[in-house]
Amino acid sequence: MSPQLFSLSPKPLLMAMLAFGMPAAFTGEQIAAIAALANLELDASEIDLFARQLGDILAYAEVVQQIDTTGVPPTASVTAGLAADRPDEVQPCLDREEALAAAPDPALDAGFFRVPRVIG
Amino acid sequence: MNRKDGEVRGAAVRGAGCGTIAEVRDAIQARERSATDVCRDALARIDAINPHLNAFNTIVADRAMARATEIDREPDRWRDAPLAGVPIALKDNLCTRGVRTTASSRMLDRYVPPYDATVVSRLERAGAVMVGKTNCDEFAMGSSNENSAFGPVRNPWALERIPGGTSGGSAAAVAAKLTPMALGSDTGGSIRQPAALCGVVGLKPTYGRVSRYGLIAHASSLDQIGPLTRTVRDAAIALGVLAGPDPADATSAQEPVPDYVAALTGDVRGVRIGIPRAFFEGIDAEVSRAIDAALDVLKSRGATLVDVDLPHAKYATPVYYLVSTAEASSNLARYDGVRYGFRAQADSPASGGPYDLKTMYSRTRAQGFGPEVKRRIMLGTYVLSAGYYDAYYLKAQQVRTLILRDYDQALAHVDVVAMPTSPTAAVRIGERVSDPVQMYLMDIFTVSANLAGLPAISVPCGFTQPGAQKLGDELSSEGGLPIGLQLMGRRFDEATLLRVADAYERDTEWSKQPPPPIPNR
Repeated sequence: MSPQLFSLSPKPLLMAMLAFGMPAAFTGEQIAAIAALANLELDASEIDLFARQLGDILAYAEVVQQIDTTGVPPTASVTAGLAADRPDEVQPCLDREEALAAAPDPALDAGFFRVPRVIG
Repeated sequence: MNRKDGEVRGAAVRGAGCGTIAEVRDAIQARERSATDVCRDALARIDAINPHLNAFNTIVADRAMARATEIDREPDRWRDAPLAGVPIALKDNLCTRGVRTTASSRMLDRYVPPYDATVVSRLERAGAVMVGKTNCDEFAMGSSNENSAFGPVRNPWALERIPGGTSGGSAAAVAAKLTPMALGSDTGGSIRQPAALCGVVGLKPTYGRVSRYGLIAHASSLDQIGPLTRTVRDAAIALGVLAGPDPADATSAQEPVPDYVAALTGDVRGVRIGIPRAFFEGIDAEVSRAIDAALDVLKSRGATLVDVDLPHAKYATPVYYLVSTAEASSNLARYDGVRYGFRAQADSPASGGPYDLKTMYSRTRAQGFGPEVKRRIMLGTYVLSAGYYDAYYLKAQQVRTLILRDYDQALAHVDVVAMPTSPTAAVRIGERVSDPVQMYLMDIFTVSANLAGLPAISVPCGFTQPGAQKLGDELSSEGGLPIGLQLMGRRFDEATLLRVADAYERDTEWSKQPPPPIPNR
């Protein structure tokens, strides 16, 4: 992923949001850049729609930016203290045929998932 | 079929519908009815009524009858099983070996899992008979069940209205008495909100209480599986079967599982119920009236009502949509047309340029996902991206900590916190689809429990009145739409939650009211 793909000038956009209480609307190029990161092909009408809606949603979420969180640790999950470790032992699992059974284009004899050409 | 059988079956279709879990199981264990009889009736009623509701994506009649026959064949083996012969439905985001599991998405519309979710094995070990998979919002994203690739589910109380989401099919199936119980999943209210809007009981257990293995992931730090039932007692029976550690889910908790049915003593004397009054701003007047009346009932049973302050609760909805979309964008990266599910073909009309691997990924996702799922993947990708991560995702996680602390502080002084489940009763299908923010605001009271990992339950607490005007719904005048009371408790203390909810249910008749007969209207 080339870094300039996401040259969305983050700071000015964020500053505009903070200053005016609403985000600057997303441009089509910005939406296309996000879609490329998400491996999502969008048509022109979807780009227009999401440019508006993502702006609306982030305007609504803007109140979160105003809260003082100095020194507050982030919560990624509430599972602290749960026993996550178990012995590393071989367990029964799907055999190759079962694992391939739901694939759109399995190569059953070879035991592979087949995909379109990757190189050249 | 002899004449008597035919009459019984006709009555099941036309009349009252299935009993509760406790009634069905007791009748089977007492040999008053056979599991096959019960199953046949449930399937006949589903056949007659589901076309009006669209509650099921898949019905597995033959599989269910074969299973019921097995249970009838070995009565001794199933004598003490808590769900022996009880027909159940499963939200279609729970993997069922050999039975199509779609998450209501085109992406998985032909996916047949090679394994069962842990909850499915647990229910079957307890004697349950799965009759089908219920409709839901695509990948459990939505608040109205309008985001399904298989069309919206209709509310049994008013067919032109939403059943709530995302477990809308499960709520509708239980409300219409198609099955006594259905499983749902709850990432931001997806069990409790449809339960409230359909007039049934919905329980979201503590994060970690029930294994998530085999649940199609939406937002992994928030997702939890739980039951929708008609009574609190049934919710207690179901949780006893579902709860407990699972080696296949590293986030499942080792906490001991108490006898939830034994906890239903009816005694709430001395129980302290916290009410975050300041947070109720902007709710529908009828919802407010119903909640106040419900709290009076609990007070008259001996509970103490206490004001509590949750200063950060009002930020829960935006925090939820930043955290959940970030997690969803990551979880849904797996749908790329390689290992399972839909794959876009090279000759699709939208194509241009070479059909290489990258194009296959992005075209598969473009054609396989619906609009709400794409919107959330886009938002989640954005908030996780370089330059924005700190401002959105990290900030949201910090505010999540503040919300969690608010609840922990409140629950240090009170046993449960009470509030509405939904700010309004069921809105009309199509009423809010064009504005995502308006749709997201329907989750304002439910998302906190997920962010804080707390258990929460919704119980029916009244109906809207005919002629009353409801927020954002000026046309409504027919009344008769269910309202839900939500109770939230301490982590792993579902027993207290169920005890309070059951005590409330004992003094009220809301749960006993059936929706209007569906085929005759």
